[in-house]
Amino acid sequence: MTKYVTLAHGNGGEENNELISKVFYKAFENEILSKSEDAAVIHNGELAFSTDSFTVSPIFFPGGDIGKLAICGTCNDLAMMGAKPKYLTCSVIIEEGFAVRDLESIVRSMKKELEINGAIVVSGDTKVVPKGAVDKIFINTTGIGEIQQRGISSNNISQDDLILLSRDIGRHGATIFVAREGMDFGSSLQSDCASLYIQVKALMDAGIKITALRDATRGGVAAVLNEWAKQSNICIEVDEETIPVSSEVYGSCEMLGFEPLNLANEGTFVLAIPKEYALRALEVLHQFDNSSNAVAIGKVSDAYVGKVILNSSYGTKRFLDLPTGELLPRIC
Amino acid sequence: MSELQLKDLYEGFRNPEVIEGLAKLINEEAKQLSHPINIMEVCGGHTHSIMKYGLPQLMPKNIKFIHGPGCPVCIMPKERIDHAYILSQQEDVILVTLGDMIKVPGSKGSLQDARARGADVRFVYSPLDVLKIAIENPEKKVIFFAIGFETTAPMTVALIDTVIKRGIKNIFFHINHVTVPEVMVELIDSRDEHVDSYNNRIDAFLGPSHVSVITGAKIYEKFPKEYNRPVVVSGFEPVDVMEAILMLVRQFNEQRCELEIQYKRLVSYEGNLKAQQLIEKYFEKADLFKWRGLGNIPESGYKLKNEYSELDAQIIYDDILPKEEIEDHKLCICGDILRGMANPPECTIFGTACKPSSPLGSCMVSSEGACAAYYKYGNLLK
Repeated sequence: MTKYVTLAHGNGGEENNELISKVFYKAFENEILSKSEDAAVIHNGELAFSTDSFTVSPIFFPGGDIGKLAICGTCNDLAMMGAKPKYLTCSVIIEEGFAVRDLESIVRSMKKELEINGAIVVSGDTKVVPKGAVDKIFINTTGIGEIQQRGISSNNISQDDLILLSRDIGRHGATIFVAREGMDFGSSLQSDCASLYIQVKALMDAGIKITALRDATRGGVAAVLNEWAKQSNICIEVDEETIPVSSEVYGSCEMLGFEPLNLANEGTFVLAIPKEYALRALEVLHQFDNSSNAVAIGKVSDAYVGKVILNSSYGTKRFLDLPTGELLPRIC
Repeated sequence: MSELQLKDLYEGFRNPEVIEGLAKLINEEAKQLSHPINIMEVCGGHTHSIMKYGLPQLMPKNIKFIHGPGCPVCIMPKERIDHAYILSQQEDVILVTLGDMIKVPGSKGSLQDARARGADVRFVYSPLDVLKIAIENPEKKVIFFAIGFETTAPMTVALIDTVIKRGIKNIFFHINHVTVPEVMVELIDSRDEHVDSYNNRIDAFLGPSHVSVITGAKIYEKFPKEYNRPVVVSGFEPVDVMEAILMLVRQFNEQRCELEIQYKRLVSYEGNLKAQQLIEKYFEKADLFKWRGLGNIPESGYKLKNEYSELDAQIIYDDILPKEEIEDHKLCICGDILRGMANPPECTIFGTACKPSSPLGSCMVSSEGACAAYYKYGNLLK
C-alpha cells in the first residue's frame, strides 16, 4: 500500500480493491459487507441497499449528465441484486458559483430517471463549499430496493452457468475521455448511461433463473469478470470475438491505446445465467433497444481458478487481467 | 457505397484465417531451419502486440521471441524520472509529459504521486497542446518532459520550432529522446564496461515500424551487412508480425541476410526527410545516455543544441537536478532479459517483489516491457 492516495486508487481495478480491502473492509468488517455485492442484501433477504457518489467531468456529456448518472448508478446497483428500486436519498455538494440553471437541468434529468425506475427521493441534503473545494458538483445517492428474486449473488457462479453480456461495451468511458480531452473525432459516440431495472424485471417476469448480475461500471467488463472469477472461485473463459464493440469505441481505443474491456459503462451489464435459461434470456434482452445486441460471451471452467481467459478465434489464449493504474493514453 | 469504417482499415490485419494460414506456413518452413532462431522484436509496441495476440503460442519450437528494449518509459533511468519529479515540485512550474510517463516510479515516487501531493502535473496527447497550457498560464513556467524514440522526437521539435518562431517565453524542455540503432548495436556487439553482450542469443531483428516511418528503413542497413543479422521492418498488427516472421524464416532457409520492409504501407527506405531535418536543426547526440537495465550507451540519446540552451530545463535547473546514478534492485535481471539471455519467469523477484503495480526493474514498468507483458497476459498458457 502506498503512503498517499492517487487517482489510480479510484480506477475500479487492482489498486482500488487494495484500498477498499486494506482500509475500509479492515475497519468495517462484517458478514454482509464482505460479500462484496453491488448492493447489500438486508432485512432477511427482502431488501437491497446501496450507495454511490458521483463526480464526472464534464458534468454534461453526450448521452447524459451527472444527474442521470446519479440515479442510474444507484438504481442499477439495486437492480443487479434483482431488486426493484423504491426509495432514494440524494445529497449534493455544490461549488460556490455554480449556475442554478445547470443545477435545475441536472435535477430534471434525475426526476426523469426516477420515473423510469418507479422510485422516489425521500430524503436529501445540500452543502455549498468555497470555490475549489469540489469540482463543480458532487452527488451522492443511496437507495433501497425490494428484492424480487432471491439468491442472486456473485459468489455462486458455477460451471452450470453461461456468461452473457447485455450490449456493446466501452461507450461511457470512451465518451467521457474524448469529451474531457476535447478531442473531436466528429463521431456520434454517446454514453450508454441508462437504467437497467426494466430489463432485469423482464428477465424475472419470463421466469428466468438468474445466478448473478453486475453492471460493468469503473474497470469495465474486465473488472466484473475478474471479480466474479475470484468471488466464485471459478475460471471464466471468454471468446474475444463475441464481445461487441462499436466502431466509434474501437476507433477511440485504437487512437488512445485503451482496451474496450477496461472502459467504464453506465448501462451495460454482465449476466451469469444457468445454461438451460441462457437462450431465453437473450431473447428477452433482444426486445429492448439498449440490449438488442446482447450475446453469450463465455463459459465457466476450472482451467485457471480465479482467472479470466480470453480465447482468440485463431487458437491462442491469454489472461484478461484487472485493469491497473489510472487510465492514461499510450502514445510511445 | 457505404461509408468507410475504421474497422475496414484494420480488420484484414487481424483476420483469423490469415493469421492461421501464416502460422501454418511458418511452421512448415521452419522445419527446414538448420538451427533454432531467436528473433528480437526491438519495439515495445511489438512486444505488446505479440503478447496480446498470443503469437508465441503459434510458433514452432525452434522459433523464439526475445523482447527488446524499445519501450521509452521502461528504459528511463530513475534519476531522470527524479528530474521530472523535482521539476514538478517547483512552485511556479507546470510539468507536462505524455501519458505513458505518469505512472513510472523514480526513487522519490512517480509523477502520479507528485500530483497527489499537490504538484501541477499534466499529460498531453500531442506536445502541441503544451502551447495552450502555456498561453492560459502566463505566470507559470511550463516544462515539457519529452520522451520517446525517433517516433515522438519530431513532435517535440515541432513544438520547439513553434516556441521559437512565436517568441513564447514560458515553455522549457527536458529532453529524453533516445534512438534505436545504437541500442541494437550495443545488444549484439558490446564488450565495454557498460554492456557486455557476449553470449547474446539474438539471430534476427523485427525492426520497429513507427520509428522507421520517420527515419526510414535505412538506419538498419548495417545490421545485415556488418553484423550478419537480418532485419524485417514490421507493422504492429498480428498479420504484419506473422508475415514479417515468415520473411525472416525464408531468409534463413534461402541463406540470405538482408534488410526487408514488411510495413510497406507506411515505411520507405528514406523516411520522412522533413522530420529528420527538423530533428537535426534542434537536437544533437549526447555522448552517453543511460538506459535503465543496460547502462550507458554512446550516442544513443538526443539533447538540445547549445544555441537553444535558454530553453533547456536541464541547464536552467542544473543546480537542483541530481546527477548521481541510481541502480536497480540487485536481483533484477532485466539486462539479461533484454539481451535474450533469460526469460522473465527465470527472475527470482518476477511476480513476487516485482509487479506492474510496484515495478523494481525496467521490464515491469510499462505494459510494453517484457516482464509486464508476461505478467499481464500470462505466457504460461499453452
